[in-house]
Amino acid sequence: QLDAFVVLASGEISYSSQQCSNFMTIYTIIQTVTLIPGDGIGPEISTAVMKIFEAAKAPIQWEERNVTAIKGPGGRWMIPPEAKESMNKNKIGLKGPLKTPIAAGHPSMNLLLRKTFDLYANVRPCVSIEGYKTPYTDVDLVTIRENTEGEYSGIEHLIVDGVVQSIKLITEEASRRIAKYAFEYARNNQRTSVTAVHKANIMRMSDGLFLRKCREVAENYKDVKFTEMYLDTVCLNMVQDPSHFDILVMPNLYGDILSDLCAGLIGGLGVTPSGNIGANGVAIFESVHGTAPDIAGKDLANPTALLLSAVMMLRHMGLHGHAKKIETACFDTIRDEKVLTKDLGGNAKCSEFTADICRRVQDMD
Amino acid sequence: MMAATLRGSLVTLAKGLSGARLQPLCTRSLSVTSSQNVSESPPARADSTFKVTMVPGDGVGPELMTAVKEVFKAADVPVEFEEFHLSEVQNMASEEKLEEVLSSMKNNRVAIKGKIHTPMEYKGELASYEMRLRRKLDLFANVVHVNSLPGYSTRHNNLDLVIIREQTEGEYSSLEHESVSGVVECLKIITREKSRRIAKFAFDYATKKGRSKVTAVHKANIMKLGDGLFLQSCAELAELYPKIKYENIIIDNCCMQLVQNPYQFDVLVMPNLYGNIIDNLAAGLVGGAGVVPGESYSAEYAVFETGARHPFAQAVGRNIANPTAMLLSASNMLRHLNLEYHSNMVSEAVKKVIKQGKVRTRDLGGYSTTGDFVRAVVDNLRHRTV
Repeated sequence: QLDAFVVLASGEISYSSQQCSNFMTIYTIIQTVTLIPGDGIGPEISTAVMKIFEAAKAPIQWEERNVTAIKGPGGRWMIPPEAKESMNKNKIGLKGPLKTPIAAGHPSMNLLLRKTFDLYANVRPCVSIEGYKTPYTDVDLVTIRENTEGEYSGIEHLIVDGVVQSIKLITEEASRRIAKYAFEYARNNQRTSVTAVHKANIMRMSDGLFLRKCREVAENYKDVKFTEMYLDTVCLNMVQDPSHFDILVMPNLYGDILSDLCAGLIGGLGVTPSGNIGANGVAIFESVHGTAPDIAGKDLANPTALLLSAVMMLRHMGLHGHAKKIETACFDTIRDEKVLTKDLGGNAKCSEFTADICRRVQDMD
Repeated sequence: MMAATLRGSLVTLAKGLSGARLQPLCTRSLSVTSSQNVSESPPARADSTFKVTMVPGDGVGPELMTAVKEVFKAADVPVEFEEFHLSEVQNMASEEKLEEVLSSMKNNRVAIKGKIHTPMEYKGELASYEMRLRRKLDLFANVVHVNSLPGYSTRHNNLDLVIIREQTEGEYSSLEHESVSGVVECLKIITREKSRRIAKFAFDYATKKGRSKVTAVHKANIMKLGDGLFLQSCAELAELYPKIKYENIIIDNCCMQLVQNPYQFDVLVMPNLYGNIIDNLAAGLVGGAGVVPGESYSAEYAVFETGARHPFAQAVGRNIANPTAMLLSASNMLRHLNLEYHSNMVSEAVKKVIKQGKVRTRDLGGYSTTGDFVRAVVDNLRHRTV
């Protein structure tokens, strides 16, 4: 038997060896991923995901970190340096729900993470889940939302008493970046069309700029179909026939609204995955539901959202085989409807649900 | 004897229409007679007809207006239309035209219009004609009553929502500038005065129509000052109406809830952009842009149009547009003019055609043309007057 030593991209040495029947050794590179369990039900669903990954023999090593904000030198709020270092080293992260305390004085954690790693694209694939019935059965779309500017720039002024002005910022650079990401995503995931969602008939200059950049980028990606549609038309058609849409790319506010609308079509935030892509190759995948403090610690949580986000992460890393395995196991469990958590309509515990998925994954090997 | 009653009713009508308005709904009488009261006699024929401004707009607007005129003619409705063709895309727009429309509105006070399309390229002025019309007439409240049509089922049936949208400020300020090449700023303006005004309108509407709950839609967790001011105004007004339940919800959660469980909402009130989104979402829930009527109110004027405003340019000339929304809106207009009898006649005929299901336009899954639908409505009208 030969033990193989493998040097990881980060410089750490880890080894793994496998021997198949004709005495050849297969080298496996184990990648380290930063895991942020989060608050409330965060730790339980993170444990569930780790168990399932272990059962699937996914080559992932987890590094747990905490991101509670601390006040750095100079008085600015920042995330703990260990967390920042870990993310920059590993580049890939998986995050559970974080609570935003109301009177803590610091901005929301999600905002802090976004600013620290320049997470400019929020990607949410929405696919109808067989077995979890909603009135909409043929949803298969992806919303890509620009996450750094637009209406959420946070620039507001009280001009005179009773008159407030909020500024929506659109820049050429950010619009081009998000459009490029959308088309790259389309190419890498074999999707056929990208639709830019805008309101350039009303906000002629700002959304006009966004649209122009999208059109320019579309010129370089002739293999992907590019269309443009008004936000209100998209909403109108989305609730009547969501099968018409493929990839939607849009500025911040519209993205926020549409991505939640699409999540509602497939069953809510408890089953929707989400990923945030940053500028330096950093990518953080997360579950977008809340911390559910009322069921925390009671083994009642549904890990589906975090699991599907982790599957998205595997695909991002190129581990399509493992991704497919885990995703199929998860969907099979839900389709079977025998072991479902309370929010999916059953009365099983989180651990039972997890165990069922683990069993299916192991059976697949 | 007859003449005296006639004169009396005419005077009340004239008073009702021309008095100074503080409350936008004063010109509408509460419809206390049930529409099933068949024994009411047709009203005495008025000597004069009501004049209503009509702006057909772009896209399928002219076709829909033709439908309305046909149905009105067949139903013998005492309304005369003053048409104005104001259109930005067809180069029929100018300051003079806008002034003509405004002066006509000042006389008539009531209008019916289609959507005036806004091209994406702009020549100097950032505000579109449609926005300028709204601002000049101060049509601050847009009301869309979303009702499931009996006989046409969608994924969500028996919906009954009212969406009230502030229409003059918010994101549609048309105040944009490019500070540096490649960096554009767009201003969203929220004022206490207008937020209070729309909130008051919403609560008054809810009280008048016997609604139990008003929900304010906002994004104050992110736009703390702007939407925060809107929310604060709504909360302040809510205290003056203790009988009406007041809640608030964030816009993205609201959209999600609308597609999962729309029955939890009653009356929704919100600023401009969110109103646009939710109007269209809710219209989609009951059948699309072709079936939901809408109206815009100011203190003095009332404009009737469709709920989801789209020019639908792909359908021009193909005779496939669904006139239901425009006909129902025209019926609401008649009710506003106190022509209760004719209003009911038109709306019942339209609803009957939809319920029967034999004549349906393409958006509802049928193959009929606009003309077929209008003829069916006219036929159903005849049956009533006979």
